[in-house]
Amino acid sequence: MQHSRLKFILQWADNSMILGQRLSEWCGHGPVLEHDIALTNIALDLIGEARYLYQYAAVLEANGKSEDDYPFLRKEQEFFNVLLVEQPNEDWAVTMVRQFMFDCHHLHFLNGMSGSDDPHLSEIALKTAKEARYHLKYSSDWVIRLGDGTAESKTRMQDALDKLAKFQNELFIPGEAEVEMIKVGICPDMGSIREKAFATFDEVIKEAGLTFAKPAVGRSGGKNGIHSEHMGYLLATMQYMQRTYPGLDW
Amino acid sequence: MNKDWPLYEVFIRSKNGLSHKHVGSLHASDAAMALENARDVYTRRSEGVSIWVVKAVDILASDPGDSEFLFEPATDKIYRHPTFYDVPDEVKHM
Amino acid sequence: MTTIASLEDKFYQTIDAEEKIEPKDWMPDDYRKTLVRQISQHAHSEIIGMLPEGNWITRAPSLKRKLALLAKVQDEAGHGLYLYAACETLGVGRDELLDQLHTGKAKYSSIFNYPTITWADMGAIGWLVDGAAIMNQVPLCRCSYGPYSRAMVRVCKEESFHQRQGYEIMTTLAKGSEEQKAMAQDALNRWWWPSLMMFGPNDSVSTHSEMSMRWKIKRFSNDELRQRFVDMTVPQAELIGLTIPDPLLKFNEEKKGYDFGPIDWDEFKMVVNGHGPCNEERMAARLKAHADGEWVREAASAHAARKSNSESRLKTA
Repeated sequence: MQHSRLKFILQWADNSMILGQRLSEWCGHGPVLEHDIALTNIALDLIGEARYLYQYAAVLEANGKSEDDYPFLRKEQEFFNVLLVEQPNEDWAVTMVRQFMFDCHHLHFLNGMSGSDDPHLSEIALKTAKEARYHLKYSSDWVIRLGDGTAESKTRMQDALDKLAKFQNELFIPGEAEVEMIKVGICPDMGSIREKAFATFDEVIKEAGLTFAKPAVGRSGGKNGIHSEHMGYLLATMQYMQRTYPGLDW
Repeated sequence: MNKDWPLYEVFIRSKNGLSHKHVGSLHASDAAMALENARDVYTRRSEGVSIWVVKAVDILASDPGDSEFLFEPATDKIYRHPTFYDVPDEVKHM
Repeated sequence: MTTIASLEDKFYQTIDAEEKIEPKDWMPDDYRKTLVRQISQHAHSEIIGMLPEGNWITRAPSLKRKLALLAKVQDEAGHGLYLYAACETLGVGRDELLDQLHTGKAKYSSIFNYPTITWADMGAIGWLVDGAAIMNQVPLCRCSYGPYSRAMVRVCKEESFHQRQGYEIMTTLAKGSEEQKAMAQDALNRWWWPSLMMFGPNDSVSTHSEMSMRWKIKRFSNDELRQRFVDMTVPQAELIGLTIPDPLLKFNEEKKGYDFGPIDWDEFKMVVNGHGPCNEERMAARLKAHADGEWVREAASAHAARKSNSESRLKTA
């Protein structure tokens, strides 16, 4: 139970951490200053959320670890984030579709978590759900804007959607840790999260004039620590300092 | 050719009870985006509770060249100010 | 009849009375040109300045440092934005200003053409580069041009954490392992002289200074500000046990300030003229971001136009 709870918290944290890390790659390279700032706000929210969760994980483990041990010192297979969030930024279309898929899940997941039987987790969820609501509005607006923009933007968005569709479902398939946490009332039922998330998703995709084809085969594995090839490079960058200079304070 | 998104002026109410105050401007493709951008750009340090945005071209501004006849006529109407009127010293506050 | 002479009189009366010039007020052409040049250069510096530090966001060594650095680089985007907006009040659009940057017609602060090769460079930039920038910027809050002065008030308010976070990084390194201390000293060695160059040429050869002072765009000379920076920074270095890389540095009792060695202006000119270690990389990154963003900007405009058309059709229907 304690093991599952820790894994569940890390999985939640890792999703936000890895996506925040990806978004932070955009800082200084955005399409227009206003959105460089906006996207960085989202990155800050997500990394901040991960930080609360890592702090809590450290308290639960009570073995001297700090918040930084989790992102900077775990090995690739000890990260439990979904494959979606580690996918590269590529262009603004892929970044926005990835964000939108994530936000649809994230908001409803957090809303569900705010009723969790773990009061500390429900507190974190309540706080971050407000942020996630804004993220979802932001990414929905971009999906609609670009779907309904120029011929080029529509093509790019459709391609991004087709490309990332196979990663979407993993968000909603309960992993081992989630199954355990659902049983004890710490994690909300994934079915209802899925229903709400897809209601939002379908509505926005329709308004954007895009078509969502359900992928024949979905990709998953992140929840068990089996990642795509992109993950190793992401960690090599993120963990560079701690790996090169072990055991120092910065 | 100017390919910029239109310029919007941003006004923020820092807390209820105060009026909106001009804080700066930004570019956005439409008003809805301008509002979001204003939130992201101008309220990062909890500077506001309410935002107005207005397209800069929609603001009609007075011409500084007209200041003489617009504003100077008011300067000698001192009877509009309380200090113009004498009241006995015994009346401390009025 | 208003003549140019009377307009000019009124302009200088306003300046001399320490009042502000606002966008629609009459102003001499050269005043306008000087402002456009200075404000846009300042804005470009903020935008290019995001790149050397942005280089370490994904590699920051702790969550706390990562969040602080992200927020700081984000602030720089904000400062660029405020400054472009101030410049736009003078009748030059952002698109045009960016075009000047991208074609190399406009300059940005040379300091950003130096590479950030270790984490300590994040400390050195915050402490020295932001420290020097603040030295320059605080007097600009009183600049005679209203929109510039208001933008600078905002910038200075936000920047107050930047220098502290830089100095905190340096302090942590200086108190850390031998390797960390060496890293901090190495960063100080590399950033010290370029930071002194940030104040611009010596007063004896500075070309733009005199009129800028008359117009109260500039309040203090390059050398005055540089001296203040040195006097402020040297004790800070001593406090954390780092050595300023200048064998001629010496406290001068008479002037109650430090004497320091000559600045290598040949290096400065070389970097300004495009031959610094990272000039090409910085421009390439900026051009790429702009080019990659073009379809996004166009699409948003197209969507906005279509939406406003259909809204006006609804209204007339």
